[in-house]
Amino acid sequence: MAIVGESGSGKTTLLRLFNRMIDPDAGRVEVGGRDVSSMDPVHLRRALGYVQQDGGLLPHWTVLRNTALVPWLEGRSDADDRARAQLELVGLPPEQFGSRFPRELSGGQRQRAALARALAAGPDVLLLDEPFGALDALTRAEVQDAFAALRARLGITVLLVTHDLDEAFRLADRVAVMRDGRVEQEGDPEALLTRPATPYVSELLARARLA
Amino acid sequence: MFGRRMAAIVGGALIVGTAPVLVSAQEGGPVAPVPDAVRDRPIVVATKPFAESYMLGEIFAQLLEARGHAVDRRPGLGATEITFAALRRDDIDIYPEYTGTGLLAILGEEPSGSALDVFGRVSRVFGDRYGVRWLPPLGFENTYAVSVRPETADSLGLRTLSDLARVADGLVAGMSPDFIGRADGLEGLRREYGIDPREVRPLLQAVKYQALANREVDVIDGYSTDGSIARFGFVVLEDDRGFFPPYDAAALVGPALASGRPDAIAALTELSGRLDAGTVRDLNRRIEVDGEPVARVAADALATLGLVGGAARTADGSTVVGRPSFVAYLWSRRLNTLAETRRHVLLVATSLLAGFLVAVPLGLLLERRRGWAESTIRGVGVLQTIPSIALLAFMIPWLGIGVVPAVTALFLYSLFPMVRNTFTGVRDADPAAVASARALGMTERQLLRYVRLPLAAPVIMAGVRTAAVINVGTATLAAFIGAGGLGDPIVAGLALSDTRMILSGAVPAALMALAVDGGLGIVERRVAPPGLIQEAASERALP
Repeated sequence: MAIVGESGSGKTTLLRLFNRMIDPDAGRVEVGGRDVSSMDPVHLRRALGYVQQDGGLLPHWTVLRNTALVPWLEGRSDADDRARAQLELVGLPPEQFGSRFPRELSGGQRQRAALARALAAGPDVLLLDEPFGALDALTRAEVQDAFAALRARLGITVLLVTHDLDEAFRLADRVAVMRDGRVEQEGDPEALLTRPATPYVSELLARARLA
Repeated sequence: MFGRRMAAIVGGALIVGTAPVLVSAQEGGPVAPVPDAVRDRPIVVATKPFAESYMLGEIFAQLLEARGHAVDRRPGLGATEITFAALRRDDIDIYPEYTGTGLLAILGEEPSGSALDVFGRVSRVFGDRYGVRWLPPLGFENTYAVSVRPETADSLGLRTLSDLARVADGLVAGMSPDFIGRADGLEGLRREYGIDPREVRPLLQAVKYQALANREVDVIDGYSTDGSIARFGFVVLEDDRGFFPPYDAAALVGPALASGRPDAIAALTELSGRLDAGTVRDLNRRIEVDGEPVARVAADALATLGLVGGAARTADGSTVVGRPSFVAYLWSRRLNTLAETRRHVLLVATSLLAGFLVAVPLGLLLERRRGWAESTIRGVGVLQTIPSIALLAFMIPWLGIGVVPAVTALFLYSLFPMVRNTFTGVRDADPAAVASARALGMTERQLLRYVRLPLAAPVIMAGVRTAAVINVGTATLAAFIGAGGLGDPIVAGLALSDTRMILSGAVPAALMALAVDGGLGIVERRVAPPGLIQEAASERALP
């Protein structure tokens, strides 16, 4: 599921409602059928993977320690092993990258490591906030492909926030278009392309094709 | 005699600090019973920071020692407010004071009457109000003195201020700025004697005597026992109408000594009436102009008076003849310097440690309570703007003199850089890393421990470093309230115009500041977590 919209459309706010970084003024948010407002935010967050635009890796921790963060917080003894396995999955062999610090990685490698960190505790849902936004076009395509392969393999639910309609169509089964805090249209890419519900969605599609 | 003037200036700034003393003095009973400990401890002799005070204090000390009393010297302790506050609390037992200063500066009364009247007045009020005792005057007064060159005196037939009034309109006067402005200065001379010089040039004390000798001016003001009067052989014109308030020198004795040690009082009274202005002027000249050690000059004076026989002894036990090279001088003082350095390190380290233990938790608390942060940090910053001397003087009524108030003042000074850097360091620690760690389920406590504090460590350390360097410098002022350290030779050297003595304190203090800055700079880099690009944390934290 991708959430598409321009800056200020409310897509990041929507995403942050899921892991209770923000609580809603009205309405309810459910994850796996449970109202999140009844859940402890810290435990909820550990059950949901999260990646933000600049990765947000801890600059003073090695890649391995960063990746092992959530299992380590949970006190799991296999934290490092899980982290190594995840690094392998995202294409960062731990023996080569594990002991490096984030600033010793390229932008694409950092986003892969952030992805590995988000997946290390085996979450059911992954929240991605513009995870490919800061990468150059070539690197972005490469990391997007790696992500698509990974998702196919893990089969987990992903909420992807992006301003890039092409990216949404490439990666998502379903796409929601947001504007001024409201969802304009929600459906599979095919439906959006063939039957845009509002003039705004048509305009967005036109702009995306021009670009 | 620059000292009394400085004392007056500092005194004005510090009047708030001493006010509680005076108030509490009027409330409480004047004389407390003397504890046995006071009877047995050495007699503490202090002085104000100018040459004559050093010399008189040393004379008191050597006389007491010759009569079998143990003495603890605190030369150059501080201006009038500081020495007097310390005396009232029995932190010190004796210091040389002037009756006019007691009347005007301490009691805040108008000058009136003869020297005897003034002595009677201060004796009575100090005894009733503070339990402090004025011993009979030493025999000279150190008041304002108007001087001319001997040729001028001869050719114009000048002996008194009344004589000067006749010829003043043909003379150029060189006078201290404050003397020109004071009601009991030039204004009063005009009114009382009709002295109205052709031209009045404002001149500082330091250059006035030389200007008179060079015939650039014809008449100057000064203090009657200034060593320079003797050096140049100037003629002091007699105050034939008794215009200047009397400033008789005497020993001022604290409550415990006054009531508990009659033998010591008796020893000091041997000096009463024995020192005349000419003698004191000559002794001052040997110290101020010739640079002789205070202890030797004092010993000679006592020997001449027939009170103490035997060889002169300098304060540090060595015998200094002539002017050795600076390096030899530093070498001869090495043990003193070592002790002063040790004391200095103690002052800085203790205050810094206490400051750290308060500032870092406070900075963290403020980061959690942002609403209080600005006002609190601003409040701590205001402490920083209180002039050091004033802050030290404020401490005296509550904490007395010595190490405790000095460390307290240094502690207060050290808070601001450390609180500010802890607050900003933790607040500004890599926002993206903090946000994502929180979104992945770190608790606030874990965030602080594993993310924010490690990332803020170099910034906090930069605050510690700033505080430490400030404290090394400020601790030199602790000498003004008897806390010792490298400020001791600086204060004494300033009072005695002894550049080498000033440098023997200033150079080690500067080296210590550099060493502390360098050393803590290394620590700052070491506490920086690995994986960070080194940047100047000190600069990053500045607002």
